[in-house]
Amino acid sequence: MSELYELTAVELAALLNERKTSSVEITRAVLDRIAAVEERVHAFITVRPESALSMAAEADQRIAAGNQRPLTGIPIAVKDNMCVKGERATCGSKILENFVPPYDSTVVKRLREEGMVIVGAANMDEFAMGSSTETSCFGTSRNPWDLDLIPGGSSGGSAAAIAAGEAIMALGSDTGGSIRLPAAFCSVTGMKPTYGSVSRYGLVAYASSLDQIGPFAKNASDLSLLLNVICGHDPSDSTSVPRDYPDFTTFLEQSLAGMTLGMPREFFSKLDHPDVSRVMAEARQVFEGLGVKFVELSLPHLDYGIAAYYIIAPSEASSNLARYDGVKYGHRAEQFDSMIDMYCQTRAQGFGAEVKRRIMLGTYALSSGYYDAYYLKAAKIRTLITNDFKSAFEKCDAIYCPTAPTPPFAIGAKIDDPIQMYLTDVFTIPVNMAGLPGLTIPGGFSADGLPVGLQFIAPHFKEGLLVQLAAAFQQTTDHHLKRPQL
Amino acid sequence: MEYEAVIGLEVHAQLLTDSKAFCSCTTKFGAAPNSNTCPICQGMPGVLPVLNRKALEFTVLMALACHCDIKPVSRFARKNYYYPDLPKNYQISQYELPVAEHGWVEIETDGETRRISLTRIHMEEDAGKLIHDERKPVSYVDLNRTGVPLIEIVSEPEIKSPEEAAAYLKSLRSILVYLRICDGNMEEGSFRCDANVSVRPKGESTLGVKAELKNMNSFRYVQKALQYEIDRQIELVREGGRVVQETRLFDPSTGITASMRSKEQAHDYRYFPDPDLLPLRVDDDLIERMRSRLPELPAEKRDRFVRDLGIPLYDAGVLTASRELAGYFEETVKLCPNPKSVSNWIMTELMRMLKGDEAGIANCPVSPAGLAELLRLVEQGTISGKMAKTLFEKAYASGRDPVALFEEDRKVQISDQIELGKIIGKVLDDNPGEVARYLSGKKQLLGFFVGQVMKETSGQANPKLVNGMLIAELAKRSTSGS
Repeated sequence: MSELYELTAVELAALLNERKTSSVEITRAVLDRIAAVEERVHAFITVRPESALSMAAEADQRIAAGNQRPLTGIPIAVKDNMCVKGERATCGSKILENFVPPYDSTVVKRLREEGMVIVGAANMDEFAMGSSTETSCFGTSRNPWDLDLIPGGSSGGSAAAIAAGEAIMALGSDTGGSIRLPAAFCSVTGMKPTYGSVSRYGLVAYASSLDQIGPFAKNASDLSLLLNVICGHDPSDSTSVPRDYPDFTTFLEQSLAGMTLGMPREFFSKLDHPDVSRVMAEARQVFEGLGVKFVELSLPHLDYGIAAYYIIAPSEASSNLARYDGVKYGHRAEQFDSMIDMYCQTRAQGFGAEVKRRIMLGTYALSSGYYDAYYLKAAKIRTLITNDFKSAFEKCDAIYCPTAPTPPFAIGAKIDDPIQMYLTDVFTIPVNMAGLPGLTIPGGFSADGLPVGLQFIAPHFKEGLLVQLAAAFQQTTDHHLKRPQL
Repeated sequence: MEYEAVIGLEVHAQLLTDSKAFCSCTTKFGAAPNSNTCPICQGMPGVLPVLNRKALEFTVLMALACHCDIKPVSRFARKNYYYPDLPKNYQISQYELPVAEHGWVEIETDGETRRISLTRIHMEEDAGKLIHDERKPVSYVDLNRTGVPLIEIVSEPEIKSPEEAAAYLKSLRSILVYLRICDGNMEEGSFRCDANVSVRPKGESTLGVKAELKNMNSFRYVQKALQYEIDRQIELVREGGRVVQETRLFDPSTGITASMRSKEQAHDYRYFPDPDLLPLRVDDDLIERMRSRLPELPAEKRDRFVRDLGIPLYDAGVLTASRELAGYFEETVKLCPNPKSVSNWIMTELMRMLKGDEAGIANCPVSPAGLAELLRLVEQGTISGKMAKTLFEKAYASGRDPVALFEEDRKVQISDQIELGKIIGKVLDDNPGEVARYLSGKKQLLGFFVGQVMKETSGQANPKLVNGMLIAELAKRSTSGS
């Protein structure tokens, strides 16, 4: 018999419905698991056993009263950039080390309404700027598949927590690949939904026009349930899109026969890692077996994606992060001799190197005289990339490509080489630029037994299609069932 | 060589919405520091702005009133700069795509009207306030005003003199107040003005280098600051110097402007479209809805008073300075159809009582009906203009109807006369010898009788009235006695 922490949300929900276990029992199992492995994995910035157990007790009351929802009582890890009222939200930064938000983010409100149990705040790269969690001021999370490797980032803690059995589900945020990359590196299922489908209210902003909250889960069915919880219009977020969001579980059993997946030449021509190429080819065969056709196509402006991203995201970040000045909340330097000096000292002490690098990049790109050459040009490239995808979707239902160019790499391998680190996101960034939904599922393993992810990109608001692809693949393969030995 | 000044004005008007521009906090003035705030206007991590539709409606009203092109799509932009009264360290404003462009307002100076073109009107949010401790090196931040909606109205550099600048500001303010979208209070900062000033040889078409003037919080200070700055620049240029582009601060205590920061020190605001707010769409439906809500504006009203009521232009201008005053005038004219006399009365007597506070008319203790009745009594010759003034003052002070006061006065006078008659009769009855001597020709005795009556009334009686009544009564006794 498996331990409770090893089960999926759907399995646990069934046990809860049959009164074979309680949310408190499940939560205890998860907390015990955290106690056993967290020292090695470091998936969390803050674990909150007391509040988790009290949420679990409330969930049990709901279940006893018979008014539970599908995910009532299920433990979830929340990335530490989403505000939970009264619990500190650090964003992995010293500058917010002691910041306690006085309000709930909209997603957290929705988790509460569902009756889910928040076990703690997952580790992340500082302000979600990074691909490895190495920029977190609280230390690097470890990849549960090999503790010497990074789990991917920036939502590395969320992915590692699920892979290590420290949470059943998790929420992350994805600005340039921050959900999909760690999902791929930790062999879990993760999705960045369409921009505007999950409220950003209460998500500490990195790059507002690219940031999107999304789910991590053990498989497609769990993921579809969590999508049902978090998707929906929010009047508090002007960029949230008012529309009818479907019940995503209805896509779980749909056949793929007759579907066409597009393979962008610009992506596959860059693939030079034999394991990734092999996994992609094997998975393609599985899909072909399910009746899926593959077409090659071109997304001509994809090559400019990273360059444009590293103008737009830092530009927005330089403005979004201006509020951390020591005046109102968060870290304030102890010694200073003027107001300006207070700003400078506070920010010099409070921000890490990568955050400073991006603030400087963005400040420069927005400066008068440079704005047209950088920001405006990047915005144009963004439109071109969006149009590329639009024409691609005339030829296919969704796009099939790797999530990352390589399997997870060693801690320290790229942290001193920002450009190499940035290139990790080459396959994920264009999806954010176009605001499209993107999904990663475990695709297989390298010769060394390291996870390799598959990525699917769908037209706006076609998350259901992505769920359908993931579910069909997972019904045929067992990569997603493999768990690391800890 | 003769020089001329070129002035462009940037006006910030606080909108009278109930809640702030991007959150639901109240805009009420005077609450305890930081009590009208929430995570959004405090700039907490993770919060997002949602536009107050009312602020947009007010902006569209102003744009229509100023004959602007209203853009179907405009954008909010972030203006980035660090200051502790700005919690996000950026202000949500509009930059490349303002909500309205290319308008005009009419101004009047020396009896002539002229159009001043507007470059643009855009929406933005206000900053908070810093309060500096006078004894310690500590400053406090009050964010109650943070996020209050503002519109910025930018004129073309077409204003030629400080007087024109004042006329332009008055014109803008009266439109805003007419629309009931701004209280127009310059001292309290709900109506603020910065100026760009340059000089050039008369007749030249290119603009000189400009200085930006700040900190002018009354119409008088605007005129003073502009005059000082124009004189300074002309003198500088005459002496062979060159005006440098800079921001200058007006000091009301000395009446001079002094350099605050040079062009090199100017902020680079790093404007870019605010990704938290969608492009702002103003559809025809909203424009038409607002157009139907436009009241008659001051210039139209003024011209109508001249045309239809025969009021001189200057008087019509005074009467239409506020919507309430104009309304009072029109109400009164409806009941007393002599516009000229109503207008004179309002401009002299009423304005004197209001002490220049035209808005105070809203709480005027004398109603238009009361004033109309009073003026009718004057026209009928029932009372003199002087009596009417006294009655009006009494009515204004007591809040009572002037005609009712008049009726009362008349009754009191009548009852006074009856009482006095009795006292006079008694005095004459008590002094038959003196009466006889008076009647036989010793007219000086009248003084004696007056003195007696005054004694009886403890000096309360009107001596003139007593005189008249005594003479009449004595005359009566002479007839009856003979």
